[in-house]
This record gives sequence, C-alpha cells and structure tokens, in this order.
Amino acid sequence: MIDKRVRSTVEAVSDIVDGAKIMVGGFGTAGMPDELIDALIERGVSDLTIISNNAGNGETGLAALIKAGRVRKIICSFPRQTDSHHFDTRYRAGEIELELVPQGNLAARIQAAGAGLGAIFSPTGFGTLLAQGKETREIDGINYVLEYPLHADFALIKAHRGDRWGNLIYNKTARNFGPVMAMAAKTTIAQISEFVPLGALDPESVVTPGIFVQRVVEIAPASDRAAAARSVTLE
Amino acid sequence: MKRLTRDQMAARVARDIPEGVYVNLGIGLPTKVADYLPKEREIFLQSENGLLGMGPAPAPGNEDWDLINAGKQPVTLLPGGCYFHHADSFAMMRGGHIDICILGAFQVSVHGDLANWHTADANAIPAVGGAMDLAIGAKRTIVMMELLTRQGESRLVKSCAYPLTGLACVSRVYTDLAVFDIGPNGASVAEMVEGLTLDDLQNITGLPLSLSCNVA
Repeated sequence: MIDKRVRSTVEAVSDIVDGAKIMVGGFGTAGMPDELIDALIERGVSDLTIISNNAGNGETGLAALIKAGRVRKIICSFPRQTDSHHFDTRYRAGEIELELVPQGNLAARIQAAGAGLGAIFSPTGFGTLLAQGKETREIDGINYVLEYPLHADFALIKAHRGDRWGNLIYNKTARNFGPVMAMAAKTTIAQISEFVPLGALDPESVVTPGIFVQRVVEIAPASDRAAAARSVTLE
Repeated sequence: MKRLTRDQMAARVARDIPEGVYVNLGIGLPTKVADYLPKEREIFLQSENGLLGMGPAPAPGNEDWDLINAGKQPVTLLPGGCYFHHADSFAMMRGGHIDICILGAFQVSVHGDLANWHTADANAIPAVGGAMDLAIGAKRTIVMMELLTRQGESRLVKSCAYPLTGLACVSRVYTDLAVFDIGPNGASVAEMVEGLTLDDLQNITGLPLSLSCNVA
C-alpha cells in the first residue's frame, strides 16, 4: 500500500544535506512551511541555496533559517520588507548571496522546470538591470528575454488537506507557489493541516496531483494545537 | 491652485475605471483606489499573490492571514471570487488578460518608460516583486504619483534617471496637479487642477507639453 505520510517533520527532512537547493513555498507568511523549516534547522544542514518569493518575515520559517546562518544564497523577488531584518543583517554583512528575479519570472522559471522545458522567453524585465547580459529575441514585434528553468533538490511547501497518495488542496492565498514548486523539485515535502482518507478530496478540485508530491506530514494549525493542548490540560 | 490630496487622486483614478474590467492595484497609493470605486460598478480586482474578486479589509478581529493582498495585508474575497497559484496569476498579466494595472512610480518618462523598483542607492537592498511583470503585462498601465518630489523636481521626466522597471509601458499618469497622456509623440496634458495653466505646468516640469486630444 502506498502511503506518502511520514510520522514527523524530522523524518520528512532527514535526507536533506549540506549544499542542497531547496524551494520554500509562501508569500510572506501565507503558505510558509514553518514546522518543516524548524526541522531543517534542527537537522543542522547549512550552505543551502533557497528559492522563495521573499527572504523571511519576522522570526519564523525562512527568517529563522537565515538567522541560524544556514543559507548561502537566496533566489527571490522581494527580499526587502519591514520585517526582513534577519536577511537584511546577513546581506549587509556580505554573508548571503542574492539573485533577484521578477516575481512572474520566478514563477514561470519554476513552472518551466516542472514542465521539462529547456528555457522560456519572457517579456518581463526586457531592457532593465535584471536582464543585463541575458540573451534576447524579438518575436512577432515583441522583445523577450531568455530565462532558464529553476530546478531544486527539495521543495518544502504547506497545503491545507492531503491524502496518502499526496493529492493536495490549499487554503486561500496560501496556495501561491506551492503547486509550481511541487512540480519542480526532485523531492517535494508537503506539510498539511489535515490528513484525509483517499477519495475524500473532490477529484475535480485537487490542485496538486499526488504525482508531484513525495512526502506529506500532518501538522495541525497552531490554533488547533493550542485548543488540543487546552483540552489535554482539562482532562 | 489646489493640488489634489492622495485620497482625491485615488477618487479621480477610480472615476475612470469602467464596469467589467480586470484591474490590478499596486501596493502603496494605488491600493487606495479600491476605496473609491463606484459601488454600482462591478469591477474585478486581481491580486498578484493569487486571487480575483478581492474585497475590502475584514472587520477587526476577522483577519485571516492566509487571505492577504500583494502588500501582505488581510483582505476578503467577494462571492464569485477565486484563488489560483502564482504561475497562473502572472500568466494573467503577461498574457494580456488584465485590462488595467495601476502602479506608483519614482519617475515616468515622456515616452512611457517606468522607474518604480529601485533607487540605485548603494545602501538599498533591491526588491522587485511583481513590478516588472505588471508594468509590461497589462493592456493599460497607469501610474499615479505626486508630480513633484519633496525637493520640487518633476517625476515626469525626459528620460528616467532611476533603473527602469519597463520600457514604453505607461499610457496615462495621474498626479496631484495634472493628468498626462503618453503617446507616440510624448506626454500631453489631459487635465489640470483649477488655477494651473499649461505654461505653469511646462515651467515646473521643464518639459514641452501640449494639450491632449482627450481633454474633457
């Protein structure tokens, strides 16, 4: 019987090694797989290359990984935010390399990797600093920049519900990069808020088909965990 | 001469958005436009992080941090609204499905070049987000900005000094003093605040300007 569930986040990330290239889902904190990253920090790996939209927010998730000094390079679209202080400090100290990619190109390059495309021509960024040195081509009167796919060894994403075959649905705008990252990594690890039996997800509404997911680990949302802890105390 | 407040600018832009269009509002000043869209018009607001049919901010206490806008503030979803992933969201832009995109700017050139992502300050940490995709993707890219910097320099310029976001992509610029159309022959004036003349405007911008054929 196929069961992609793993028992713990520690087990889920147990084969991630130093120097790995890892996609991390999320737009700000929405869809950020905090608990998987906590396990990665605990595992102690470093020299990581991270592909994510932002460079961490506040103290949790990717911000905590950067604070711990585990990230050598980050490929992202919007690092500088009001609460990106851990990235800001490391960047200004020259301790972290930044590759800035326009957000749509980031999504398209990740999707291209997942779809097996050798490259894409994107109109975004043509004539700007972010296209400097890149090959361009005019097609039907429009200028495009040649952009290569972004692959990764692992994708760490957060979804709402999942089953033992790895089918996933997401919660609202926490979907963001999850579906394309799941396609682009050799190993996709999804933390899900709720595990459901096979057949419980409406097949017309499955967002990420299980073929793109190798491991799922159930992490009840913090509010549920707090409620569970309270009920335990009451007992 | 009475310059428009930021709220008046937002109301002015909102007046020109027709029923049935798909609109993306950039972060900062453009976000305010949503507050002034006429209630009787159905207008689809798209947010780059993956929703169409974006509604207003939730009542205090009802925030859902999985339901946010491009500025990472909590929002709501209107009945009929939907969610999608990032690649689809940016396909909506690049694919020409978004009718109007409204952005803020550091500078806009008379040829419609836009600079709004980077000041080129050596100490600044660069961040681009969806600005470059939005600038060139929408059918119509509109800018709203104060015409003058705090130092009194025009933000509408002959050619941008800041790093570009997109080339020849802006078609209209709403400011606190005037509305400009950008066409093949450069910038023209579609509207001015009361008490301002074309001569005044040429003096403060340092640009040769004509009246737009779109003057109301």
